[in-house]
Amino acid sequence: MSDIITKEQIRQPENLVYTKTKLLTDKALSYCPGCGHGTAHRIVMEVIEELGAQANTIGIAPVGCSVLAYEFMNIDMQQAAHGRAPALATAVKRLMPEKYVFTYQGDGDLAAIGTAETIHACNRGENITIIFINNGIYGMTGGQMAPTTLPNMKASTCPYGRDVKTMGNPLKITELIAQLPGVHYVTRQAVHTPGNVRRTKKAVRKAFDLQKENKGLTFVEIVSNCNSGWKMTPVQSNKWMEENMFPFYPLGDIKVDGQLVK
Amino acid sequence: MKELRLMKGNEAVAEAAIRAGCDGYFGYPITPQSEVMEYLMAERPHETSGMIVLQAESEVAAINMVYGGASCGKKVMTSSSSPGISLKQEGISYIAGAELPCLIVNVVRGGPGLGTIQPSQSDYFQSTKGGGHGDYRLLVLAPASVQEMADFADLGFELAFKYRNPVLILSDGVIGQMMEKVELKPHKPRFTDEEIRTNTPWATYGKTPDRERNIITSLDLDSHKQEDHVTHLAEKYKAMEENEVRYEEFQCEDAEYLIVAYGSSARISQKAVNIARAKGIKVGLLRPITLFPFPKKPLLNLSKQVKGILSVEMSLGQMVEDVKLAVECKVKVEHFGRYGGIIPTPDEVVAALEQKIIGG
Repeated sequence: MSDIITKEQIRQPENLVYTKTKLLTDKALSYCPGCGHGTAHRIVMEVIEELGAQANTIGIAPVGCSVLAYEFMNIDMQQAAHGRAPALATAVKRLMPEKYVFTYQGDGDLAAIGTAETIHACNRGENITIIFINNGIYGMTGGQMAPTTLPNMKASTCPYGRDVKTMGNPLKITELIAQLPGVHYVTRQAVHTPGNVRRTKKAVRKAFDLQKENKGLTFVEIVSNCNSGWKMTPVQSNKWMEENMFPFYPLGDIKVDGQLVK
Repeated sequence: MKELRLMKGNEAVAEAAIRAGCDGYFGYPITPQSEVMEYLMAERPHETSGMIVLQAESEVAAINMVYGGASCGKKVMTSSSSPGISLKQEGISYIAGAELPCLIVNVVRGGPGLGTIQPSQSDYFQSTKGGGHGDYRLLVLAPASVQEMADFADLGFELAFKYRNPVLILSDGVIGQMMEKVELKPHKPRFTDEEIRTNTPWATYGKTPDRERNIITSLDLDSHKQEDHVTHLAEKYKAMEENEVRYEEFQCEDAEYLIVAYGSSARISQKAVNIARAKGIKVGLLRPITLFPFPKKPLLNLSKQVKGILSVEMSLGQMVEDVKLAVECKVKVEHFGRYGGIIPTPDEVVAALEQKIIGG
């Protein structure tokens, strides 16, 4: 059957249109199929590769689904206690100001247990980049309510839906930190379509470039899906995200050049 | 020429840290140790040695800044007092688990809870038995003078890097606040980038092509590997017990009775020994300088010579348990202490010796 291309033929250099960045290891991702984390990892590592900054970047992994980010990101990394990544990053950047320093954190890590570390690193205007993955749920521990869980959204610790009267409203921490003078660039993006991937990559690149210029803290939120935690198929979860998450967490720039976007 | 100064204990440890080539201090105010950060901020070491000083938003953040800095192979430290040290326990456990060198200073005040701002020694268990979660130990140095507050900064960093383990200076409100003459050591330069690459090849200073990436973590989801890791930690603690025991004996040669005391209790007990000897009581003092590793062997040796041992601590009796274990209960061991911020007088110590050990 000569018209069928074999695996070996596909792998010929002339057929190669895309390759995985060398800054991602060959370790199989621990994320659920359909999850946005893998794409977000790839974007951050591609940006660091394009900057030629493997030797000059220190990443801080959080606690949560991306606790093992250091298994996949082929750079020097530190794994922080839950919520404390911005504190580690603060010290790393202060002690080695010539390095790129970033944290990679989920919503529970950044907006619940680590709220103080997040806000104060932002307020001090640390020259670091925070990559914030917001999927509105605790994925790693099995789908509990997160600070960013939407009103009436179900999770294992709010099985009848988030009752804002007793459980509080979702915390729009990105809008909150955007108010702080130390924060220079804040944007909210997604990674579920090719167009969004391109925009997110541009945003991450911009954040790292601004870090190089010592402009202050740069913050990229990525609204993402958690098909396992939301108990949906990947396709359903992306649709649900567009219909429910995006109206509450609208995509786009929130602060540019130190100025809030109207 | 000797460089002598009259300083508070808190100031001495701060000045000595600059001179030890410390790269970064991260702290949060709390009485009775706030002078450590106040002194460093006033000195502006960033303009001389390049050391950075940062006031964090909490003790939790401060110890995690230490975690981040230590991960880079830098000489970093924090200081606090009891309630703040409790908050730091999470970070200390991570630092011990990830095997990072750092210096922590606890200027102890009375507890539990918010307790009192007056001196105490009631954090002995927390300091020597782990403190946070998991199987780990800190190497604990107990200064009994302002001079030792200064000396233990450099020694603490040296031991921290030797063992890749956090070192705790367990001081108290007396030693932190009192002023004494201090001889300061000359300035040591901070580590160069080259020294960090050579001496701490595990550090995260940026992955270069000549090596695999460096990862600082305390996580291992494979329990067999985690057990191996904890076994490795245990071997390290054993090596500390073999190599790092430090203590001082005072009038022990002919002693029939023994007082064991550390920190400011040792200073008070030294006076008590003199008073008791003037009364004809042959008593000596053993002062543990390292609380972990604890001076078990010298205590066991002295237990064969003395009729009874009094453990003097500003607590309900914490170190006394280690004294009993060290002497294998072969001789009478009693505890005497004041607590809640009250400092015992030498006369009270002598009276306790007479009642609990000699008369008891």
